[in-house]
Amino acid sequence: MQRPNRPVYLDNQATTPCDPRVVEAMLPWFTEQFGNPASVEHVLGRAAEAAVEEARGAVAALIGASSSEIVFTSGATESNNLAIKGAARFARSMGDPRLRIVTVATEHKCVLESVSDLGAEGFEPVFLPVRPDGLLDPATLDAALAEPTLLVSVMAVNNETGVIQDIPALATRARAAGALFHTDAAQAGGKIAIDVRAWDVDLLSLSAHKLYGPKGIGALFVRRRPRVRLAPLLSGGGQERGLRSGTLPAPLIVGFGVAARLGLAEQAEDEARIFALRSRLLSALRAAVPGLRLNGSAGARIAGNLNLTFPEATAAGLMEAAPDLCISTGSACSSAAIEPSYVLRAMGLSAAEAARTLRVGIGRFTSAADIDFAAAALAAAHTAALAA
Amino acid sequence: MTYLDGNAAEPLRPAARAALLAALEQVGNPSSVHAPGRAARRLLEEARESLAAGFGARPADVVFTSGGTEADALALHAFAPGRRVIIGATEHEAIRAAVPDAEILPVDRSGVADLAALQAMLEANGPVLLALMLANNETGVLHPIAEAARICRRFGALLHVDAVQAAGRMPVDLSALGATSLALSSHKLGGPTGAGALLLAPEAAQHFRPLIEGGGQERGRRGGTPSVAAIAGFAAAARDAPPALKPLRDEAEQAACAAGAIVLGTGAPRLDNTTSLALPSVKAETQVIALDLAGVAVSAGAACSSGKVAESHVLKAMGAGALAGQAIRVSLPWNATIADVRHFASAYAEMAARLLRVAA
Repeated sequence: MQRPNRPVYLDNQATTPCDPRVVEAMLPWFTEQFGNPASVEHVLGRAAEAAVEEARGAVAALIGASSSEIVFTSGATESNNLAIKGAARFARSMGDPRLRIVTVATEHKCVLESVSDLGAEGFEPVFLPVRPDGLLDPATLDAALAEPTLLVSVMAVNNETGVIQDIPALATRARAAGALFHTDAAQAGGKIAIDVRAWDVDLLSLSAHKLYGPKGIGALFVRRRPRVRLAPLLSGGGQERGLRSGTLPAPLIVGFGVAARLGLAEQAEDEARIFALRSRLLSALRAAVPGLRLNGSAGARIAGNLNLTFPEATAAGLMEAAPDLCISTGSACSSAAIEPSYVLRAMGLSAAEAARTLRVGIGRFTSAADIDFAAAALAAAHTAALAA
Repeated sequence: MTYLDGNAAEPLRPAARAALLAALEQVGNPSSVHAPGRAARRLLEEARESLAAGFGARPADVVFTSGGTEADALALHAFAPGRRVIIGATEHEAIRAAVPDAEILPVDRSGVADLAALQAMLEANGPVLLALMLANNETGVLHPIAEAARICRRFGALLHVDAVQAAGRMPVDLSALGATSLALSSHKLGGPTGAGALLLAPEAAQHFRPLIEGGGQERGRRGGTPSVAAIAGFAAAARDAPPALKPLRDEAEQAACAAGAIVLGTGAPRLDNTTSLALPSVKAETQVIALDLAGVAVSAGAACSSGKVAESHVLKAMGAGALAGQAIRVSLPWNATIADVRHFASAYAEMAARLLRVAA
């Protein structure tokens, strides 16, 4: 087995490398064109403003929205906090009596914590279970919607399993019941086709660094018709139509715009290639590791994700035995913690099974050689673990 | 073009550029445990240690944010519950809009906070949070933060200091100031946009609660994947020494005064790079447009509100009267040159002569 000259990066759901085309596009906006986009009184400010608006158009196009529906934030975590807390607090300020906020047990931590936090403010959080394949049963949502509900938040693509929820079906139900519908699409942008009109969602969160853009920038889609109103988290200069104050980081936004444009243009091509790489890796691993199990729906799943439970070896042991392979046990945010994945537990895995589970994230810059190296490294690590 | 709007955004410093570019090459998420993740984590922690050392805090008490506005919002969110909130009359909108019903601490005609009034306000009942900026963004006027902190301490009040405009332009030390927390912004000190920090005094941790939650980053004080590249650039820029801009600023001021300008806030200690120049009876917008056409970029006030035409709350609080709508902000960036100042001086003199004639 040949050692690569760098670690093989298969953790593209934690973060993606910045596409070189994105880096190139950002650089002039960090250096010569450093104006504050709000400084419309002079040429440097106006140039930055124009660049921000062009990027806003590209981000809107990625999800089938119009530019005026895009609010830039510092990332998907802020977008999710703004969508959930902002919608609930605004509704309350208008005297809306509904308290129920419905979400799913397998959401990202920032959604779960935002919803829990609203619980402390007197709202009524509801955390729905998922089926063993990771999907939310629409009938489960229907049951929760029997009580008047203010907001439903269901992620488009799970960050650990890559499972794709049926957002159009779920959003239709929520909206028919009069609830707002938010989806965390941080893992979906550039990975699957997104159409906010066809999906009929009110709020949708995006992150740049999950689609080959820079860290520190994200967006929240806020539907205009019918208009969705939010209470802001950050007040001040009144940027982003008062929904999100703070100087717009023009270079990061330009990078996000290019990443979105590439994501839209290259999504189908990326998906086909990445899917072939995943199939190659899964076949090789299944041959080498009898009893290997794939968690989560195989069909409703983004091309780049494998979430694999090994029959005997622990994930920590496998990762230690394959140091040149960058993979993870689950969500990056909490990967320093050694608690078993709550996502897998919600899908019915035991703590012991969760501890034998690895997440593999294949991306735009993964090569066939990387995949072959990963297959061999994991197979060898598994053999070594069995011998030990 | 001559850029004299450093208080809106500073040009990127070379050290920040190098650090930013190097960090953009890094692949990992700083929360990941594999090698690229650890490399990103190292960049983040080096930046944290560097900023902590530079601004008088412990590394564990540096909370990275998306910028100054978020740092201010976070401080207010964390410290305001259960307290009366008092803010300086000339605070930035990031503070004013976050606590619209705050009590206002008046300033004198020079723009300096009235500490006798502060003492009287603190003598009333109840625990207090005071938000007072170190340097004003429109006038550069400095508030006596160390003295305000001593008064706050005597009454058990917390003190949040927006040091966004001061950092990088003068020495700033949280522990020496004696404040509870300090807000910083990267792009105001020559770093990239999209990064900032809230620095906490050791005792502030007990009051803390996050504004953006989830993921447990920043010791649970701020969720979300940090903007590692921008943060690395931020720390590198902050290591640079403050530029010596006073002679240039003074020359610009003298030239403007010779052409009919009145400098606002001169009675107080000020930042070396900033001047607020009122041209009586000429609207600020008109001046800014004339200077823009002459190739000089300045502003009519805070950049965030530049699109709007409103009188400056800062200048009104200083009792500037009609001049509040007739003042422009000239703020020299770190790389301003004597040629920039001379270009400004001639453009200003030409503009003033023409517009004062029109006004008369």
